[in-house]
Amino acid sequence: MTTALATTTAVFTGIGVTAPNGLGTEAWWRATLAGESGIRPVSRFDASGYPARLAGEVPGFDPAEHIPSRLLPATDHMTRLALTAAREAVEDSGASPDELPPYSAGVVTAASAGGFEYGQRELQALWSKGGQYVSAYQSYAWFYAVNTGQISIRHGLRGPSGVLVTEQAGGLDAVAQARRQLRKGSKLIVSGGVDGAICPWGWTAQLAGGRMSTVTDPGRAYLPFAAEASGYVVGEGGAILVLEDAEAARDRGARVYGRLAGYAATFDPAPGRGGEPGLRRAAELALEEASLAPSAVDVVFADAAGVPELDRQETDALTALFGTRGVPVTAPKTMTGRLLAGGASLDLAAALLSVRDAVIPPTVNVTAPADGALDLVTAVRRGPVRTALVLARGRGGFNAAAVVTADD
Amino acid sequence: MELKELTDLLRECAGVDEGVDLDGDVLDTPFDELGYDSLAVLQVTGVIERDHRIQLSDDTVAEATTPRLLLEFINEQLGAASAVRAA
Repeated sequence: MTTALATTTAVFTGIGVTAPNGLGTEAWWRATLAGESGIRPVSRFDASGYPARLAGEVPGFDPAEHIPSRLLPATDHMTRLALTAAREAVEDSGASPDELPPYSAGVVTAASAGGFEYGQRELQALWSKGGQYVSAYQSYAWFYAVNTGQISIRHGLRGPSGVLVTEQAGGLDAVAQARRQLRKGSKLIVSGGVDGAICPWGWTAQLAGGRMSTVTDPGRAYLPFAAEASGYVVGEGGAILVLEDAEAARDRGARVYGRLAGYAATFDPAPGRGGEPGLRRAAELALEEASLAPSAVDVVFADAAGVPELDRQETDALTALFGTRGVPVTAPKTMTGRLLAGGASLDLAAALLSVRDAVIPPTVNVTAPADGALDLVTAVRRGPVRTALVLARGRGGFNAAAVVTADD
Repeated sequence: MELKELTDLLRECAGVDEGVDLDGDVLDTPFDELGYDSLAVLQVTGVIERDHRIQLSDDTVAEATTPRLLLEFINEQLGAASAVRAA
């Protein structure tokens, strides 16, 4: 019994996207393959007084078009984006959660700060005007688990649910947790991450981390693996993915994008301890779980921190595993900025569509990696993609790796 | 306070469920049938207390299950407040 549960195959059957270079999966994917970036000067607040002034903002998002009126006063911007992506993902999957046995479908998302912008507004009201000016909805609108909760309520997903908070690694950790729930008997889990805190409070928190690029040219600010790498640009959005037990998906004749064939998470050594960072080990363990050799990997979606030291660590991990220029490496997040907990989920979506369409999306703005060690994909590359490795590092020492494969 | 002011506030503070006609005869329609949970009623009563400088009892949200009942609670306090001001 235990063995049967542990070998349950998790497959992706639905994708929903809200990204800085496209609202909706197909709009984003078209832009991504065309190399169209969504990085621009910040418009959501006046960033002129801050050292970093660029962001990836989801374009053309009118909340009233996507969110029921009753939810508008109760939701942060990023929750509205998450609900929009979740609806697209559930519709895309063709599943009818309300026809499944009660409590067999749930929600596991990744988050990093909850509804920061909403929280900032209410806290400002609290200290400038008093508690009577704070919305009753602040009680949950700020909360890390708010996207999971709102998606659960809206789609009637009352099964096992939760939230993962591991910064950028969260977008992979969430689907791994979703897979655990499938192995325990759930039929369908809505997963992934949509994040974003493009407001003064969120900006200050990111700036304090010391890794934001202060370059003001949108084409030069975020250049992972380049000699001129100067940090990253922050974005909002991400992807919501529907994971199903493969058998349950087959029984209802679902279209399957691919399998979650392997996953692993590791920690970096404690600060000051020295030793190799955990990224290579995460990738190795994920491949091992997928029973695949590095030579089977057709493309790596890199974490691509854009910080020279971190880029070098990732390059070292990749060359140790695949050899010099041993595997195509891409970072479509150069078109969106780093999306906090939404970033790796969006990379998973890109990996699944790479498999579907036999194409590798490009890394933009980086013309040549700092050293010649990586085969960085700087223009769209056509050809079959059967296996993709997605890497993600979260601030604080979190590493995660996921292997997605074609389903056959 | 009249129903119109209350429904305008509900619309502003908590939105409106699809399929609900707040402009119809909703005086005796329970809040939950109108799509408003206790948090929505709490939000609107908080705004009314703040803007009219009145204090509703802690039980108001639980006991005022329809717009008519909530308006009775509110108007009772508004009356008491203006009586205090007149005195």
